[in-house]
Amino acid sequence: MSAILIPILAIAGLGLIFGLGLAFASKKFEVKVDPKISEVREVLPGANCGACGYTGCDAYAEAVAAGDAAITLCPVGGEDVINSMAEVMGIEAKAVEKMVARVNCKGSWENVKIKFDYDGIIDCESAATLYGGPSACAYGCVGMGTCVKACNFGALVLENGLAKVIDEKCSACGKCIEACPKRIIELVPAKSQYTVLCSNLEKGGEAKKKCEVACIGCGKCMKECPFEAITVKNFCAKIDYEKCKNCGKCLKVCPTNAIHKFVPHK
Amino acid sequence: MKEVLLIAITAIFIQNIVLAKFLGVCPFLGVSRKLSTALGMGGAVVFVTTVVSAVTWAVYYLLLKPLDLIYLQTIAFILVIASLVQFVEIVLKKFMPPLYKALGIYLPLITTNCAVLGVALINIEKELSFGLAVVNGFMTGVGFTLVLAIFSGIREKIETSDVPAAFQGISIALVAAALISVAFLGFTQLAL
Repeated sequence: MSAILIPILAIAGLGLIFGLGLAFASKKFEVKVDPKISEVREVLPGANCGACGYTGCDAYAEAVAAGDAAITLCPVGGEDVINSMAEVMGIEAKAVEKMVARVNCKGSWENVKIKFDYDGIIDCESAATLYGGPSACAYGCVGMGTCVKACNFGALVLENGLAKVIDEKCSACGKCIEACPKRIIELVPAKSQYTVLCSNLEKGGEAKKKCEVACIGCGKCMKECPFEAITVKNFCAKIDYEKCKNCGKCLKVCPTNAIHKFVPHK
Repeated sequence: MKEVLLIAITAIFIQNIVLAKFLGVCPFLGVSRKLSTALGMGGAVVFVTTVVSAVTWAVYYLLLKPLDLIYLQTIAFILVIASLVQFVEIVLKKFMPPLYKALGIYLPLITTNCAVLGVALINIEKELSFGLAVVNGFMTGVGFTLVLAIFSGIREKIETSDVPAAFQGISIALVAAALISVAFLGFTQLAL
């Protein structure tokens, strides 16, 4: 009998001592944490993407709870998160506009000429250091998918050597913007449908020689736009999304088809 | 002093916990992707193996052996390790927040690191005295950290090299680990 009882008692006693010790320690050495931190943290998406400027959702939650950070910094969560955070913090929510990333280039394989066959590491950064990449256009998409890899949300795809953003999945965290060595990805309001998908700053003829769908800076769209939303600088048109009313007149007059219409999603 | 040196060299090089004993291979492969995380994990392991060596020694010689319960050492040691790691976490959080933040997730992970249990069992198997058991625990942790650091350097290189598709990921890591293990075999020839 004792052959079984003693070991059971010994192990159980050991467990009891450690258990009590831990219980005691957790009370004695308790670190007071602001309950708001965990409440805010719970509301956040938990993607830890760092788009808010903090190292992760935990750090951001701490800053918000301490009142050091605005509640509108999380682009991933969008309005829902801001509303729930406002509830937790007891402040009024202000809507932020939903943004999406857009790759300002249309130079897929069928559109842009190729300078040379690239046979190195499949990475935009590496490819771009070699004579600006295999694409003839030094400004356009390198097409190795570094932004695709950088995206935590699977919102980018590579189609015929050109990166494209899937609006529905994009959370506007900005990771791809940093990843792109050509810096041709930018955040635009999700409601704006028209974008000049070209970043080439060369003269019209030069640009057109390299890419079928380059913006040649002809200025037709600028003249056509009734809201003066388009400016042409360095032979490349740019739409001011605050002034743009999505009328679509620019698209019709563009001779090279560099302006693209995005179908808005809800 | 000579004994301490002997234990140190044995624990770090000759009987390295990962490369010769094949313990703690899971964290060895898991957190050796980057040097910074490898060092974080290594630091946490050194800390825990040292403390665990002391406590398990006491549990074995003051409780299990007098009661003739040596066959319970595995379960008793696991109990000790699990609660000790918890305790260390609580204490660190209270008194050394910077260290707690630096060790972060690695501290609770150590609970399931078999290298820690391995050290406790080796201490008993070798019948080390209390002081030497603590030294052995510390040095084994150092050996673990050393290998982790070496391996993270190699893995950072592998990351950028052209690995055949069939070997990518954990396969090439295991092959590389085997090669380091063979390299460490050379230390067994040390005449001590």
